[in-house]
Amino acid sequence: MDKFTALKSRFVVLPIDNIDTDQIIPARFLKTISKEGLGDQLFYDWRYEASGAPKPDFVLNQPVAQGRRILVAGDNFGCGSSREHAPWALTQYGFRAVISTSFADIFKGNSLKNSLLPVVVPRDVHEWLLANPEAELNIDLASQTLTLPGGRAVEFPIDAFSKHCLLEGVDELGYILQQEPAIAAYEAQRPISVNTLAGVL
Amino acid sequence: MQPRTIIEKVWDSHVVAEKPGAPTLIYIDLHLVHEVTSPQAFAGLRERGLKVRRPDLTFGTVDHSIPTTPRDLPIVDQVAAAQVKRLEDNCRDFGIPCFGFHSSHQGIVHVIGPEQGLTQPGMTVVCGDSHTSTHGAFGALAFGIGTSQVEHVLATQTLLQQKPKTFEVRVDGALRDGVGAKDIILALISRIGIGGGTGCVFEYRGSAIRSLSMEERMTVCNMSIEGGARAGLVAPDDTTYNYVNGRPFAPKGDKWEAALKLWRQLPTDEGATYDKSISIDASALEPMITFGTNPGMGIPITGAVPNPGDVSDPVERETLAKALRYMDLQPGKPLLGHKVNVVFIGSCTNSRISDLRNAAAVMKGRRVAEGVRVMVVPGSQEIRRQAEAEGLDRVFREAGADWRDAGCSMCIAMNGDQLQPGEYSVSTSNRNFEGRQGKGGRTFLASPLTAAATAVTGVVTDVRRLLNGQVHGA
Repeated sequence: MDKFTALKSRFVVLPIDNIDTDQIIPARFLKTISKEGLGDQLFYDWRYEASGAPKPDFVLNQPVAQGRRILVAGDNFGCGSSREHAPWALTQYGFRAVISTSFADIFKGNSLKNSLLPVVVPRDVHEWLLANPEAELNIDLASQTLTLPGGRAVEFPIDAFSKHCLLEGVDELGYILQQEPAIAAYEAQRPISVNTLAGVL
Repeated sequence: MQPRTIIEKVWDSHVVAEKPGAPTLIYIDLHLVHEVTSPQAFAGLRERGLKVRRPDLTFGTVDHSIPTTPRDLPIVDQVAAAQVKRLEDNCRDFGIPCFGFHSSHQGIVHVIGPEQGLTQPGMTVVCGDSHTSTHGAFGALAFGIGTSQVEHVLATQTLLQQKPKTFEVRVDGALRDGVGAKDIILALISRIGIGGGTGCVFEYRGSAIRSLSMEERMTVCNMSIEGGARAGLVAPDDTTYNYVNGRPFAPKGDKWEAALKLWRQLPTDEGATYDKSISIDASALEPMITFGTNPGMGIPITGAVPNPGDVSDPVERETLAKALRYMDLQPGKPLLGHKVNVVFIGSCTNSRISDLRNAAAVMKGRRVAEGVRVMVVPGSQEIRRQAEAEGLDRVFREAGADWRDAGCSMCIAMNGDQLQPGEYSVSTSNRNFEGRQGKGGRTFLASPLTAAATAVTGVVTDVRRLLNGQVHGA
């Protein structure tokens, strides 16, 4: 996983609540067996006409949005399916952080495993961002702060383990594999249900 | 010991390790894999040179991207065909049992788990699919995971998880005719919103839940994720045990007796408390239908489309206004009588035999309305055979509906079963997001009874108008 330490960028705004994973990447693009090539499919049906031509009024197609690495969206961003293709598409497009008042559980977990930082901010900060769409933001993960122009620093929550993985650029599986003795010990004293498939097959 | 909820009991019995600075490591009893969210996880195992730790606790099937045309026809879409083959190859290479494309037991992953007796009370169940919550109907802690976590479970049979909060959903009272499990869950989501259960696991309790069949409980638990909760469960009782007993993978003999003894200890203790709670009066519920572009945008079928002008929060107002623009609906107008182009009966929410019986009871002796396309898609090969043995396929065909083979089909529209731009459908599935059932398509979510009633009239219909006492619940 790529390291995430700090990020300085302007942002793109999608001021809609409950943006679901079917909007982030429509299901018909999930037939791939690869993780690659999904950035072009990000927000595909909001971004492109049926002909494939870009919709000029969609925010990602506007010149001012180019190169911006932070997305600001409405409440409960990433609700819907468990598809990890959603954070893959967002990061391959170029986003490194999403700011919202809340995130759906599975999406948040998937993002943290792909070096895409979900930043939860209070409603008044969210409203300030919507009202100041040209602001440049600084995100510092070590101090868990989002700094607005003028110096106002807003602290955001992140669990200590995910923070460590992001700062070091390591994924969770390495840690879990080190827990092998505990896993083996657990299996040795398991209640019976663990064996119900074995023996029948 | 402190009184505990079933959620805490299942959680506590699966803790493998708790280390400072890290989430809890929990053991996974059953891992279901399908073709869409697993290939990158298996590729990760290969890159790291890892094996599947417990292939005996892992089970594969294909459902999302497969056609629902007869199985003797090939998969025409070569990208989908390659994905299906990759799942079958991965299962073979890693020693995982798999009900593949040509298996007589193939089906939607959340239908075949229970059907085969793989899903059992007190288990932890995961799958790279958000509707894994379905398996909670058995008193299992069952939730969807991303592809990275699929890889974690394949490699270690464990997951790092933060302990969820508990959310009591009490549903008491007797459901009225024409009102069923789908209406309970749509009513819940319309009240708490689609983010209402974030960070929580629902426990569905109360007399109305107790009186539901296992298939109806699955319908309720299935859409826990649409309420924002990763999981939702119902404590097991005799209804559960009678359903599980005798299924192919259920424990047998002494093992069954030992399992029953454990399972009977699962229900929530007297005096246990929840982080959140809500109560619903089942006797006051009407058939529910959604009007908008998320499952929380639901109303009683006799209700009216809400007005964005009545919403004070600007982002909320724009979200509702955008939904009505997409759906091309007018605020204040009823949905009853709205013309539809398609009716879809299927999905992991409502494709089980009782769903098909309910739909058939409404459609029997009636004709699909002129200009309406009706797809009926059983959840599994076994359900298809059962329905055909009961003659339900003939009821659907004689009415003019299309009787298909098993799969996710138009719920997720990956396989060519889809709405055309601008078309309206009444669907028994679980999501009405923009484009979910096909780019530009517009979905009204409802029960199989409402879907069948709409199929024969061609417009959104209150099924109670067509009932003659022969159908109860849904």
